[in-house]
Amino acid sequence: MIRVQLLKLLTILISGIFFIKLFSLQVLDKDYDKLSQSNAILELEDYPERGFIFDRKGKVLVSNQPAYDIMIIPENLSPFDTLSFCKLTGIDKNKLILNLESARKYSKRLPSVVVNQISKETYATLQEQMWKFQGFFIQKKSIRDYRVNFGANVLGYVSEVNNEDLIEDKYYRQGDLIGRQGIEKSYEKELRGKKGKKFLQKDRYNRIIGPYKNGKYDVKPSQAKNINLTIDIELQSYGERLMKNKRGGIVAIEPETGEVLALITAPSYNPNLLVGRSRSKNYKALANDTISKPLFDRALLAQYSPGSTLKPLNALIALQEKVIDDETKHSCNKGFYYAKSAHMDCNCRFGTKNDLIRGIHKSCNTFFSKTYMNLINKSNSAAEGVETWKKYLESFGLGNYLGYDLPIGRPGLIPNKGFYNELYKGENWGATNIISNGIGQGEVLVTPIQLANLTSAIANKGFYLTPHFVRTRDKEKTRNKLSKINTKVKTDYFYNVIDGMHKVIEKGTARIAKIKGLDLCGKTGTVENFTIVKGKKTQLTDHSIFIAFAPKENPKIAIAAFIENGYWGSRWAAPISSLMIEKYLNTYITRPRLEKRMLNGSLEYEYNKPRSGVNFNINE
Amino acid sequence: MNKTLRIDWITVLIYFLLVCTGILNIFSSTYDIKSFSYISADSIAFKQFVFFIFSLISGILILIAPSKFFQKFSSLIYLFSLLLLIGLFAFGNTVYGHKSWYTFFGISIQPTEIAKFATNLAVAKLLSEIQIDLKKIKSLIQVFLIILIPVILTLMQPDFGSALIFLSFIFVLFREGLNPNFLLLLALSLILALFALVKPFFYVSVFLTGFFGCFYFLSKKINNKVSIIPLVTVFISSCVYVYSINYVYNDLLSQRHKDRIDIFLGKETDIMGVGYNLNQSIIAIGSGGLSGKGYLQGTQTKGRFVPRQHTDYIFSTIGEEWGFYGTSVIIILFTTLILRILFRAEQQKTTFGRSYAYGTASLIFIHFFINVGMSIGLVPTIGIPLPFISYGGSSMFTFTTLIFVYLNVDANRLNETRV
Repeated sequence: MIRVQLLKLLTILISGIFFIKLFSLQVLDKDYDKLSQSNAILELEDYPERGFIFDRKGKVLVSNQPAYDIMIIPENLSPFDTLSFCKLTGIDKNKLILNLESARKYSKRLPSVVVNQISKETYATLQEQMWKFQGFFIQKKSIRDYRVNFGANVLGYVSEVNNEDLIEDKYYRQGDLIGRQGIEKSYEKELRGKKGKKFLQKDRYNRIIGPYKNGKYDVKPSQAKNINLTIDIELQSYGERLMKNKRGGIVAIEPETGEVLALITAPSYNPNLLVGRSRSKNYKALANDTISKPLFDRALLAQYSPGSTLKPLNALIALQEKVIDDETKHSCNKGFYYAKSAHMDCNCRFGTKNDLIRGIHKSCNTFFSKTYMNLINKSNSAAEGVETWKKYLESFGLGNYLGYDLPIGRPGLIPNKGFYNELYKGENWGATNIISNGIGQGEVLVTPIQLANLTSAIANKGFYLTPHFVRTRDKEKTRNKLSKINTKVKTDYFYNVIDGMHKVIEKGTARIAKIKGLDLCGKTGTVENFTIVKGKKTQLTDHSIFIAFAPKENPKIAIAAFIENGYWGSRWAAPISSLMIEKYLNTYITRPRLEKRMLNGSLEYEYNKPRSGVNFNINE
Repeated sequence: MNKTLRIDWITVLIYFLLVCTGILNIFSSTYDIKSFSYISADSIAFKQFVFFIFSLISGILILIAPSKFFQKFSSLIYLFSLLLLIGLFAFGNTVYGHKSWYTFFGISIQPTEIAKFATNLAVAKLLSEIQIDLKKIKSLIQVFLIILIPVILTLMQPDFGSALIFLSFIFVLFREGLNPNFLLLLALSLILALFALVKPFFYVSVFLTGFFGCFYFLSKKINNKVSIIPLVTVFISSCVYVYSINYVYNDLLSQRHKDRIDIFLGKETDIMGVGYNLNQSIIAIGSGGLSGKGYLQGTQTKGRFVPRQHTDYIFSTIGEEWGFYGTSVIIILFTTLILRILFRAEQQKTTFGRSYAYGTASLIFIHFFINVGMSIGLVPTIGIPLPFISYGGSSMFTFTTLIFVYLNVDANRLNETRV
């Protein structure tokens, strides 16, 4: 019977063997499943496109451009032709080995960047040859595209996360980008969105051929937000051009809303320098420039003496404290002796009698020194007087961080009694010792944005809104819950001070700032400053300072400008501020000669003086 | 009785199930993931469908043909297929180093496939002759010639895999009275061949000497009348055989074939090289798991990790996308089909009918065994299609014809008188 049954038995036997083999292969042995997962499926982060940044008029300032990174998953790596890889990608062989090693250290399973941001041409040729390099793949990502060459200090920049970032926030993976400065940093969460996950199907040539299971397991990234800045890029770029070859900071604020219209630091840099492959090289060059410090945002970080620009505020405090009133007059004889052999110089003529308004527009040191002494002496002790005065200054946003939405800042300084106790080694000091505060030459330090905010508070006649850089969308509450912050000076007291500031432009120290058809209010400042040259304290040419707002009624712009070593206030700061105000309010310039002089003017010779190694004159 | 009622409907059903499975899985392993038009006239799955329709029409024509038609014309069909094989050397197309194809108007025909059917007919016809007796040398020579001519012609293409298929006729011959020693000899030489390939010639000859020595002394102890001459003859011929296997392997086989054998023997582990196909096929099947990844969802299939997946490796698509359930169904379908035909073969009243049915079952069995075995790594890589399922017009046509001639013969068995 074997003849009849043989083939039947054989068929059953073979089928049985197949069943057993398939059962062990498909049901018992799970290794094959994993193997399939790793060689056919690629798990990738799905990055939402980083949010755009617009200026207040809706102009695109920052968008994105594509870039390609070569990534590695170390556990999938198999031996490859390093020579041809280096040739194709332009990476140094030692660098490649180093990168592969650090990728392995970071994670065997997660992708790391091996070669950063290859060009489109390299991408095209490499794509064809990827099958030679198992374990590598190309990831498209988008990098920043700064559409303007201005506003680098506001916009900030992004760069790859470092080890600290990775430890600090588990959201980030190696090679991710993170906002480093400016808006990019303070609005990082909004701009980046939230990344998702993508599973891709590969073919046997290590090429991606499409989504895995039509994206069934993908996690959708959540959309990044676009940001509308309060910055007017026209004004910003105009200000930056005016500040060419000068150092300093200018801040312009819309008083009614607290929106920062321009934040200028000089010197600055082109934001596009910190994008792409040469980013770190450029960054090093900028960071190593310790003399002009282009990465140092003077508008937010530099702390200057306010000089005479503090006078309007001191007047307001004196009015509120009823040390003076509108009728109060102080006589000035080219200054006055406030103590034995202690003379306060002034530019007023001999035998002048100044009231408040004249005091402001003549910038009379005598008037303000006397007023300040009276203010301090009104209290039981000088210490108490300083504390009272300090509270007023604080209510105008001085002496502390303003709470704006950029990541950096300085508090400035308002001296208190403790400060003077230490300075004079005891409580044995009086109004005469601190009299310089009355004219802004004392120990008070302000940053340009603080001074602009102070100007804005004067323009608003008694309140300000925290300066901010991102516009709140209609009615939509963003994280800046802005409310009016009232100063400690009543609105009534502002009128005369503002009249005084108006006269500064009309017939005072800043007639150069006058704009036809516009009522400007302003105050100049000229402040002594010192540096250390060869271990010796050396005085440099004064800083040129100016504050202003316009129009007088219903002000639309308040501005504060510091031009380092620009000499007196109306020499650089006042005309530059005036031009910016005109540009912002009228959009055209009626004084082309002045504009030309400001644009082309350079203070480099001043900045070279302390480094020249020879004795030099100041305030020429 | 009405002929349609006597048709073996079970075989017909399995035939349709297998063909449909084939078209579905060919589609899965060839459709372009990126294109949105799934069905187009030039898609491979659609071509297979056209082949199927064409084969089915000719199958129906076969069914309505007179019952004695194929027995009568078997010699003619056989000679025609031999002519086709010979003609290849003059008009054949060379693909992958094989001269195995005719190409007319963009249609490729593989005559070896047709020869499988024709040889089956010829063997059945010969065995049904009254004067044929497989115990006689003359008959044996006749029947071996019929089988060997297409084998040699196929080997000359060279197509080692297809030539191997003709071994299936040994089962028919065995059923019809071939001395079991032939089968034993075949099995032994296969085992010895494997042994010879794995171990060096020196070890094998030492082993053979030891084996025959022991056999001699043991036999002598039990039965003193052991003639030494036949034993020595067998010993020497074994040694010559083993030596010639090594000679064929080392000097005659191409590197490609050597590689395939090496992989099967476990000598090579370079999975990126020659073992790539097999390795990828096993990964695909293994990753299917119990219930599979779902139709059109196979990652290995989509990634084209398995080469020639719509032809020789179609089983890996089934394994990946339909899982163990799917592969089980396919194995059950094939087993049922083979057993069904074998069962009906025994009920035939004529030797022709029985031999033909037996040959059909044997051919399906060998294809099934080698193809599935290869896909899961149990059999060396031999490029032959999985009947009814793999893509290919010639294969589709041949197996459809084989089945429908069987159906015709089977349906007419009651009209026959037992010979």
